[in-house]
Amino acid sequence: MRLVLRGITKRFGSVVANDSISLTVEPGEIHCLLGENGAGKSTLMNVLYGLYKADEGEIELDGEVQHFTGPGDAMAAGIGMVHQHFMLIPVFTVAENVMLGNESTGFAGTLDLDAARTRVTEISERFGFQVSPDAIVEDLPVGVQQRVEIIKALSRDAELLVFDEPTAVLTPQETDELMDIMRQLRETGKAIVFITHKLREVREVADRITVIRHGKVVGEADPQASNAELASMMVGRPVELVVHKDEPALGDDALVVRDLRVIDPAGHVQVDGISFTIRAGEVLAVAGVQGNGQTELTEALLGLQDDVHGSISLDGVELVGRSTRKILDAGVGFIPEDRQVDGLVPGFTIAENLMLNRSFKSPFVARGALRLGALRAFAEQKLREYDVRARDIDSLAANLSGGNQQKVVVARELSRDLRLLVAAQPTRGVDVGSIEFIHKQIVATRDSGIPVLVVSTELDEVVALADRIMVLYRGRVVGIVPADTPRETLGLMMTGERPKDLKDVVA
Amino acid sequence: MSDTDKPQPAEPEPGTQQTAPREVDPAEDAAAAQPDRSRSVLRDIATGNALSGVLAVFLAVLVGSVMIAATDEGVRETVGYVTARPSDFFTALWDAVSGAYTAMFRGAIFNNLVDDPAQQWRPLTETLKYAGPLILGGLGVGLAFRAALFNIGGRGQMLIAGGAAGWVGFQLDLPMAVHLPLAIIVGMVFGALWGGIAGLLKARTGAHEVIVTIMLNYVAYYLLFWALTKEALLKTPGSVNPKSPPMHDTAILPKVLGDRFNLHLGFVLALVAVAVVWWLLNRSTLGYRIRAVGENPHAARASGINVGKTYTVVMMIAGSLLGLAGVNQVLGTVTTGVSLDLDASIGFDAITVALLGRSRPLGILAAGLLFGAFKAGGFTMQASENISVDLVLVVQSLIVLFLAAPALVRTIFRLPAQEAK
Repeated sequence: MRLVLRGITKRFGSVVANDSISLTVEPGEIHCLLGENGAGKSTLMNVLYGLYKADEGEIELDGEVQHFTGPGDAMAAGIGMVHQHFMLIPVFTVAENVMLGNESTGFAGTLDLDAARTRVTEISERFGFQVSPDAIVEDLPVGVQQRVEIIKALSRDAELLVFDEPTAVLTPQETDELMDIMRQLRETGKAIVFITHKLREVREVADRITVIRHGKVVGEADPQASNAELASMMVGRPVELVVHKDEPALGDDALVVRDLRVIDPAGHVQVDGISFTIRAGEVLAVAGVQGNGQTELTEALLGLQDDVHGSISLDGVELVGRSTRKILDAGVGFIPEDRQVDGLVPGFTIAENLMLNRSFKSPFVARGALRLGALRAFAEQKLREYDVRARDIDSLAANLSGGNQQKVVVARELSRDLRLLVAAQPTRGVDVGSIEFIHKQIVATRDSGIPVLVVSTELDEVVALADRIMVLYRGRVVGIVPADTPRETLGLMMTGERPKDLKDVVA
Repeated sequence: MSDTDKPQPAEPEPGTQQTAPREVDPAEDAAAAQPDRSRSVLRDIATGNALSGVLAVFLAVLVGSVMIAATDEGVRETVGYVTARPSDFFTALWDAVSGAYTAMFRGAIFNNLVDDPAQQWRPLTETLKYAGPLILGGLGVGLAFRAALFNIGGRGQMLIAGGAAGWVGFQLDLPMAVHLPLAIIVGMVFGALWGGIAGLLKARTGAHEVIVTIMLNYVAYYLLFWALTKEALLKTPGSVNPKSPPMHDTAILPKVLGDRFNLHLGFVLALVAVAVVWWLLNRSTLGYRIRAVGENPHAARASGINVGKTYTVVMMIAGSLLGLAGVNQVLGTVTTGVSLDLDASIGFDAITVALLGRSRPLGILAAGLLFGAFKAGGFTMQASENISVDLVLVVQSLIVLFLAAPALVRTIFRLPAQEAK
């Protein structure tokens, strides 16, 4: 199926999310939409899928202009969408999920599950998906759940498949498998739109690349183009992709974690006997697929988990059992993995957010009252220093872009007297320009002799920042390896396998 | 209105347009906000902008006019021959509606039908008298709103506080300089404790404050009922009525404009409370933490703020403000003794006041004055135009309805949706 988008414009109030975007996707082609977070890729696809109505422009499928009023129309017209967040019901079986919304029914409305089962098996075999129709979705690995989404789209005879940031939740291996699936779908003549901001993936599978910036198409790129070229098109200026850092000037053991066990409120052991040490002036990067205990590890370090066993000692001071406030006061800086949830108060101004974990004593507090003058001066200074793009310090955090929000968080944490920095997903959902800046700040922190723990699910980021890499799998340490460990080895370790000849490095 | 934290419209930053357009993708934004939707809707209703409050009042008054017209004898007679003589119909319509609202004005602000200037302004003082406890109660509810707590326990907090202040008011014999402050403080402390129960239960066990405060209203009501049957507590010896003896003169809030007017010190206390709560919310660290907890408890917790403790403290302050409203009733407005209806439904009206005032102290002051005027004017309207005082309640309820359905008001006035916020 041939898709033509002509002059699509979508406005939200005064914000133009899509500005006259035109695009053609041919059958048997993988067309990449490359752009930063917030560039308007998802909005465009939601217009295509009938979730939003375009203010201007038209959608044409195989020469016919379409007027979608909802996703139902789009699906009927042969458009399938694989969402970033799966739209599956965890407790249903694969077959039940696939038929959901398109149930075939027998006499008196009884469900015809067999038909759905047959359909799943058929599609699964055709593409070699190896998905059992009777498996419960929540028991399946994330990569397989994603295939269920694909099967669901294919079962409705989708000719055009949209993948919206599909690799965010996958291991490197699963990502490779997804790439294979996409190539296979291409061979059968499906048209594929692949939305991403990861350059490596684009270069691997794309037949054509359209780059979107600030809601506009800035041009087509050659799949043979270098990372640097693609990145500069995305951002609109040359970008430094490599993090420059010198050899670490290692000090004494600063953070010593011994036999750490964290049990979540549901009673599951999320961190299972982890031990590691970070020396002053060193970055230890934690690699692993999302959900293997990284969140609980960082929360335990900050005193945000209730059921913590073992020992966390920072410069000889035991942190387990202390309140979050005491831990922060002991000099632990925290960049939480989800700034919208744990890092910022969206309804607060930038200035107010900058004192969020300093509301108890000086410099912004005197005898129970806020020192607004001191806060304003501080905020003005940080706004400049950290290049936060906002109208002024009274702008609400909610109105900032992801990158600028993150800069506010980073500015707040690095402005305190730190003895340890815990940075979880420091650049998730952050534009390329800000990534560069935040990485520099993290390296500068390390060079000033502060131990840094970086948690990231992006292998690129782990490799770029780490002095040593600790790989987590199901709450356990698979190994602590040097930063120059081959990516394939790291990818393997992220699935829980430990290469035989692997030796842990001790700092 | 100099609240520093008034909501800023989501407008693009003109100065930085070229270099940094806002990169918030509304689609991603909406998806991220989904789980917290119900809370954010409540927050929107409780702290939205002032314009929708004004529009809601306008719409409610408009609907009220229709009801006045529909029930008016003259209008109904003339509507029979409206096509023959439309002027009769419109005259009757105008008379009915304008008559009702001028009567309300006479009852609430300025009575031009009497000659004595003091008597002319008497309605305004009545409005202020009614507004006092509404403002105090509105502050109590609004403060809790700012911590994202829905304090429906105003009634119980008022009853408990009123009962305690009343006990001090007639059981003890003290000089006024001691008696009155003591009665006020005891009332506020009991209100604080009663409100604090809900906060503490929420902090410790996660019990939902809505359910707890509603139930505590019943507990407070029957506790007061019981106290009114015990002579050691509130019972009047020799009486079977559930009403306590009258307050001693030394415990009564003095009249501020002399004995010709009913306006008492309670209104002044309400004004002081507005100033204190404003300072608390906008200038104190406690208020900062309250707002942080209300806007995003997760980030507050991760920043070392004790969320549970904040809930408890907020509910105690809220309870003490509603307690002061109860004290205002017992020691100021109805000094003939503590009774079970001492709250005069202020505990619930306070929710409306807080909503209309957008949970901001100055907004609550304005909303409290408006509702005080409704209360004072409603009686005159009934007396002179024979329109049921219940109409005022309908208008008040409609205000809440329009506030709670901002989308409806936006549609009626064709305001742009706040989609790209």
